[in-house]
Amino acid sequence: MSEPFIRYVDLHKSFGDKVVLKGVNLDIGAGETVVVLGGSGTGKSVLLRHTMGLHAPDSGQVWVDGVEVTELGENELLDTRKKVGMLFQAGALFDSMSVYNNVAFALHEHTGWAEPKVAERVREVLSLVELEGVETLMPSDLSGGMRKRVALARAIALAPRAILYDEPTTGLDPITANTINQLIRSLQKRLGVTSIVVTHDIQSAFTVGDRIAFLSEGEIHFDGTVAEAKVSQEHELRNFLEGGGYG
Amino acid sequence: MTGILRQNLSELGRMVLLLWESIRQGLRRPFEWDLWMEQLFQLGVRSLTITNLTVLFTGMVLSLQTAYSLKTYGGETFVGDIVALSIVRELGPVLAALVVAGRVGAGITAELGTMAVTEQVDALRVLAASPVKKLVVPRVGALLVILPLITILAMAMGLFGGLLMAKYEVGQTSAFFMNHALGALTVEDIFSGVGKTVFFALFIGIIACYNGLHATGGADGVGKATTNTVVMGSISVIVSDFFLTKIFLMF
Repeated sequence: MSEPFIRYVDLHKSFGDKVVLKGVNLDIGAGETVVVLGGSGTGKSVLLRHTMGLHAPDSGQVWVDGVEVTELGENELLDTRKKVGMLFQAGALFDSMSVYNNVAFALHEHTGWAEPKVAERVREVLSLVELEGVETLMPSDLSGGMRKRVALARAIALAPRAILYDEPTTGLDPITANTINQLIRSLQKRLGVTSIVVTHDIQSAFTVGDRIAFLSEGEIHFDGTVAEAKVSQEHELRNFLEGGGYG
Repeated sequence: MTGILRQNLSELGRMVLLLWESIRQGLRRPFEWDLWMEQLFQLGVRSLTITNLTVLFTGMVLSLQTAYSLKTYGGETFVGDIVALSIVRELGPVLAALVVAGRVGAGITAELGTMAVTEQVDALRVLAASPVKKLVVPRVGALLVILPLITILAMAMGLFGGLLMAKYEVGQTSAFFMNHALGALTVEDIFSGVGKTVFFALFIGIIACYNGLHATGGADGVGKATTNTVVMGSISVIVSDFFLTKIFLMF
């Protein structure tokens, strides 16, 4: 495996009495797409949010591009956050802003570009997610699938080196979910970014992943290629796959 | 009991930290004037009708009650003095602040709370922007500017209400009422009345933003946070009014 771009070392996290992560160790190589697979409430999103400094661990470390982010304050995290884009489960588009302003947000904040150049980049990333002519629409005018695509366009606007996907296909119909899966795959190929996809959708995991990390009860129970995952006899993973009709 | 006290003190501490971070971010370039202007309109201009109506009718009822009470002692001529001092020193600022705590404070918490539970606040952080600079500074800043101005206008409306009743119910002339009203007021009275609203604006703004940013648990959580803001905002205005009045009376 190539040099890890993102690394989780013995990560522990609890919320009150509820223990969510019990010592997660996982390396994500540069340019690799790793799917963190697991049932609901197993700590997948919590793991992802640690990468962006949205949660602070009780113990353990998270490294992004050679920097230990768990040591950083809000202001020191800005550089890491510019390097890593994140797609939230429900998109988290800014309700009060048009699609254009949502996608242009990070460009306005961090590039100092003139508006024509910003507009050009907005058009470019919207076409990457196969959307055109939606710049003037408001988030409330968009369907679930379109919202995810606009959110993805916003996440890649600054040309990040890694993209984190939090349940990208949840709440979508099978056809739209498949479109999003293909989009993740094509973005990974075209942009060559490192990707972590958190999902409980087995079909999605097998479609987009180079590697599968199976998270259950706060621990990684399996870490291997998609082909290895399909034939793995690891008890927890087997149960999960059989439960999803992949036995 | 000590648990509740510790929790309240801990919340108070976090609000002070939010205030400190707001000051730091507010002094940092760029100043985001467009966000300020939007909030000045949303929080200020749209509050004018309700604050003016509240203080107008309070001035009217105060004038009526004062005239009725003083009639026994033949003191009706002092209606203008009492209405002016009550409205400018106390009722104008406190009523305007209470109305703003309800209307604006609830609005801020509901908006920021919805953003928090739909991960829009996290999205701001992930896009390497500061939620304090983008959301808190323009709202608290706009409140600091607008509440004193709203209060001055509300005071004028309160005096106008008092004048209307003095003229049509008590039988005084407008000039007589205004001579007494303006004669009773000093610059210190106006300074004390308007000065308090700067502190009220700060308390309402920080409480509303804090509750919004810390809302959890979907619509139920946003509802509870909004109720909390109205209660905490109103109590902070009423309690701090006593201490601020004591302090202003020293000068």
